Amino acid sequence: MDPAHGVSTLEDTKSGGTGSLRSSALGQRWGTAFLLTPPLLWFFVLYVSSLVLMLITAFWSLNGFTGNVTHQLTGANFHQIASGSYPAIIERTVVLAALVTVTDAIVAFPFAYVMARVATQRAQRLLLVAVLLPLWASYLAKIYAWISILERGGALNWTFQHLGLPSPNLGFTNGAMWLTFTYIWLPYMIVPLFGALERIPGSLLDASSDLGASSWWTLRHVVLPLALPGLVAGSIFTFSLTLGDYVTPLIVGGANSTLIGNAIYQNLLDGGNLPLAAALSTVPIAIMVAYLLVAKRFGAFESL
Amino acid sequence: MKRRLLARGGLWLWVWAVLAFLFGPIITIVVFSFDRSNIETLPIRNWTLSWYQVAWHDEQVRQAFVLSIKAACAATVLALILGSLAAFGVHRARFFGRDTVSLLLVLPIALPGIITGVALNSTFAWAGIALSIWTIIIGHTTFCIVVVYNNVIARLRRTSATLFEASADLGASTSQTFRFVTLPLIATALVSGGLLAFALSFDEVIVTTFTAGAQNTLPIWIFGAIRLGQQLPEVNVVVTAVVVLMLIPIIIAARLTGRDTFSASSTRVPTNQS
Repeated sequence: MDPAHGVSTLEDTKSGGTGSLRSSALGQRWGTAFLLTPPLLWFFVLYVSSLVLMLITAFWSLNGFTGNVTHQLTGANFHQIASGSYPAIIERTVVLAALVTVTDAIVAFPFAYVMARVATQRAQRLLLVAVLLPLWASYLAKIYAWISILERGGALNWTFQHLGLPSPNLGFTNGAMWLTFTYIWLPYMIVPLFGALERIPGSLLDASSDLGASSWWTLRHVVLPLALPGLVAGSIFTFSLTLGDYVTPLIVGGANSTLIGNAIYQNLLDGGNLPLAAALSTVPIAIMVAYLLVAKRFGAFESL
Repeated sequence: MKRRLLARGGLWLWVWAVLAFLFGPIITIVVFSFDRSNIETLPIRNWTLSWYQVAWHDEQVRQAFVLSIKAACAATVLALILGSLAAFGVHRARFFGRDTVSLLLVLPIALPGIITGVALNSTFAWAGIALSIWTIIIGHTTFCIVVVYNNVIARLRRTSATLFEASADLGASTSQTFRFVTLPLIATALVSGGLLAFALSFDEVIVTTFTAGAQNTLPIWIFGAIRLGQQLPEVNVVVTAVVVLMLIPIIIAARLTGRDTFSASSTRVPTNQS
């Protein structure tokens, strides 16, 4: 099942030369099937079927006495999600994800613009590396760092004190979550935005200024619309990643910082209630599917 | 003209501020790993390497590290095989399902990771499969495949098919063409994809939590230690070590494939088309 073998069968039929055109096309199709079968098998058997099973599990329930899963279809889990503390948790998660996305877009845009259109080639390469390295630095390290910065005796309060300013005391609040999420997902916004800005032909900007547009007008009516697919592509990452995260709230969050991810985590790993956790998991899926459908209309998929 | 200069200065100021924002926290962690004190307070009065010693001799850390390396190696090998098969297949294919295959491979990282975790967990529970290193590897491979796939297909798209045709026309056998033409052409993309897959697996915590059961990978150990809050100086050290260790494969990968790595690393999350 090694790639070499798969390819060689393909090349055999292709370079055989003596076979008729039709048989070589047929051989090519078989070769393709041979190549694609193992990865597709993996995905359908392990991943897609798991997703389907999870969706079915969402309609099962937990037997209150035995703690076993009852394989009988019921909408009870979804009733539970629609009541109690869950709507507030879902709202908090969506609002936070939206806030983080907007903040990242604002922070990333001028940076990506300089990378794509202002910097020299050498500076551009350096800036790319400067985004690449934090992107791939350990996820937990990046979150944990914010404790050292935001806690009471942390770097932020210390700096503010030495500047003679009052301590912000951001540690273990929803503000800390917002800051941390903005930080860890920022490179995911910069990269597609940079790609979109870089692809804008310089002649368009020249034309705009030749025709008497101010740089502000050009930015607003030429650059921004053309960068929009990149912006939307970046927002898919920042939004989706925030939507499913449970680590950040547990590390830097405080009271009332439970997100959908935490609710899923608690129900499954602490409460052993797999059906309810599965039902809760459908919420981010539904939100993301809706988000992706909207994003597709903005042509974001070409910029991913 | 003056306004333009001012705008340019403002932009560069913004760039420097963002760079400080990107690197400040990582530097903070590294600095605190050399702090002797149990409680992080600035300024640091006593510098020490002693926490490195403590971490080095911590049996739990060692076991977690070994498990992470094992899982990452296995997931990388599987992802290399499945990801490059998929890339060759999709590259050759001229069928309507091409984009569907790309989308399918990207799905585990386009959807929030917790979904993959819960889905696999419910399958293992339903099938009565006990959580072990194999369930960790299954989870990791599923989201690592796309990294290899992206790297290899980007290279194949850029390689002219005439090279393979020339090889065949000059009388090379299929295996010779593969050995002397195809493999050298995609070798760096494979290595780079493998390194990125390794780094991705080595650092993963969201999916792993749902597929590891009672075992500790290194990220799970770190996560647990942070939540318990009892070994924080040690956490600083381990986390610093992880950052440094991850830099190595990333830098090599970047050297090998240049911008390809970059587009693929935005697929630490997806890129499917270029």
